[in-house]
Amino acid sequence: MKPLTRIRSRTAVLAHENIDTDRIIPARFLTTTQRAGLGRFAFNDWRYTADGKPDPAFELNQPAARGCEILVAGRNFGCGSSREHAPWALLDYGIRVVLSSEIADIFRNNALKNGLLAVVLEGAEHRYLLAHPGIELAIDVAQQTIELPDGGRFSFTLDAFAKHCLLAGVDQLGFLLAQNDAIDIFERRRGVAA
Amino acid sequence: MGARTLLDKLWDAHLVKAPTAATPGILYVDLHLIHEVTSPQAFAELRARGLEVRCPERTLATLDHSTPTTPFDDLGQPVYASEEAAAQVAELERNCAQFGIRLNGWSSDHRGIVHVIGPELGATQPGMTIVCGDSHTSTHGAFGALAFGIGTTEVGHVLATQCLLQQKPKSLAIEVSGELPANCSAKDLVLHIIGQIGVNGGTGYVIEYRGAAIRALSMEERMTVCNMSIEAGARAGLIAPDQTTFDYLRGRPYAPHGTDWDQAVAHWSAFASDPDASFDRIVHVDATRVRPTVTYGTHPGMVVALDANVPAPVSLQERRALDYMRVEAGKPLAGTAVDVVFVGSCTNSRLSDLRAAADVLRGRTLAARVRMLVVPGSLVIKREAEQEGLDQVFRAAGAEWREPGCSMCIAMNGDLAQPGQLVVSTSNRNFEGRQGPGARTVLASPAVAAASAVAGCITDPQSLLQEQAA
Repeated sequence: MKPLTRIRSRTAVLAHENIDTDRIIPARFLTTTQRAGLGRFAFNDWRYTADGKPDPAFELNQPAARGCEILVAGRNFGCGSSREHAPWALLDYGIRVVLSSEIADIFRNNALKNGLLAVVLEGAEHRYLLAHPGIELAIDVAQQTIELPDGGRFSFTLDAFAKHCLLAGVDQLGFLLAQNDAIDIFERRRGVAA
Repeated sequence: MGARTLLDKLWDAHLVKAPTAATPGILYVDLHLIHEVTSPQAFAELRARGLEVRCPERTLATLDHSTPTTPFDDLGQPVYASEEAAAQVAELERNCAQFGIRLNGWSSDHRGIVHVIGPELGATQPGMTIVCGDSHTSTHGAFGALAFGIGTTEVGHVLATQCLLQQKPKSLAIEVSGELPANCSAKDLVLHIIGQIGVNGGTGYVIEYRGAAIRALSMEERMTVCNMSIEAGARAGLIAPDQTTFDYLRGRPYAPHGTDWDQAVAHWSAFASDPDASFDRIVHVDATRVRPTVTYGTHPGMVVALDANVPAPVSLQERRALDYMRVEAGKPLAGTAVDVVFVGSCTNSRLSDLRAAADVLRGRTLAARVRMLVVPGSLVIKREAEQEGLDQVFRAAGAEWREPGCSMCIAMNGDLAQPGQLVVSTSNRNFEGRQGPGARTVLASPAVAAASAVAGCITDPQSLLQEQAA
């Protein structure tokens, strides 16, 4: 996992509410056994027309959105299926941060476990970012702040452990494996009872 | 200890280590269900790190998502939609063999949809923690188990350590009072509930469904309700176990037997919210107000009763959803032409669902032009249905009777609708393109789905019966 400490990027905005993980990557691309290379399927059915050409009407296909690493999305982003292929596809596509007023529980969990920062903003801040696509933001993970071009600053909450993992670029399995003794004790304490 | 909710009791009983300011809680997992789509990368991670599966005996695998539901070929082999799908299934077979995991594979009498076979085998039991790389793991909460979907990284965590890092969710009590009308099913009830609290109404919460209307539901109906908790954003739904639960589990292959059974029932009975336990939020639902209900938009919170008009859009997204669905506000959805009907999925593919569909279809035939797939949730259900002659009812009506699997719910095995087609589906998601690029999905109960197949348009089964009487 790549560490994520600071990021400076223009924003791309997808204002649609309830963008589900089927939308982020349709199920027909889930027959893969790999996690790499899924960026080409990100938002597939939005991104391409029926004949396979990029749809110029899709927000992320517009020239201004090129290279944006921060995605500002409408409320309830990542709802639906638990497929981790969704954050894998977004990361491979080049997105490092998702900002919304509400992010679905399983998606948020999956995102943070892969170094994709998923941040919930309060309503007014979220509305401001939705209304100003393309502005440059400077996000500081350690400080938990988002700096705006006009010097304004939003702060956000982030689970302490997820933050530690993002900053260090370490995954969480190492921590869990180190709890082996505690897990042994728990299993012995419960004995045969399920 | 003070009064505790069912969620508190399940959480406390599985906490290996409590959360601290710096670290999440460590939660022990009793049963880990795996399938071919969300596990291969997790096994790859185990191999890369030289790790073993900590508790293969607590892991249960099945094939369901990428698997064909069409008949086997002349050599008795499944006919996959793609080489990739076949390779994905082969990979799960290899992983299970290498790590000593029970797989209900092609040769098993118990193969089927992961959330159907867990309960059917009696592997799903009250008081457990159950996870799976699949959001509809919430289904198992119907037994009073804390059951939720996880991502593939977490599948790896559970394989390696039998534990998950978790923050405790908040509790949401949904109190369903009154009696569900006779012409309404559990599907109508849960669609009604999602319509009431919204597609994100349960985000951050675990729902506990309570009240007289919930107590009156069978286990299969309870599973339908808990299954769709995630469609309101809640990772898990719970129903406290009772005699209905115990009667369902008794005698199932993995359920306790003999004196162990009595001990188990005593243990399970403790998993109920204390009378004075407090919830973070309470929502009241009046079951008597539920009517046959379907979705009209592109998420499961956009619902309408069949005798009501489609509401006016309140946002740009809703307007867009109506355009996609080619649905008009201010008009009823009943009467809309139907191309495909799908009866199946972990929401509605159990024997009672198939009976409900067959009761409508018996002696009737599909409207010209309508294609109908009936996909049982498991091989056990398929055989039970065939013993009752339900397959004959479906076939005589002109429907396709398939092998078990997820099929057209997720449309990744070749079972899918064509662009623009309208599907009345007993599954759980009506997202744009979920059942095939450009396909339009209307979620409904098995009875409404079957009636719509007969009429060729979205139809309340009641009106079919009245037609016949007239």
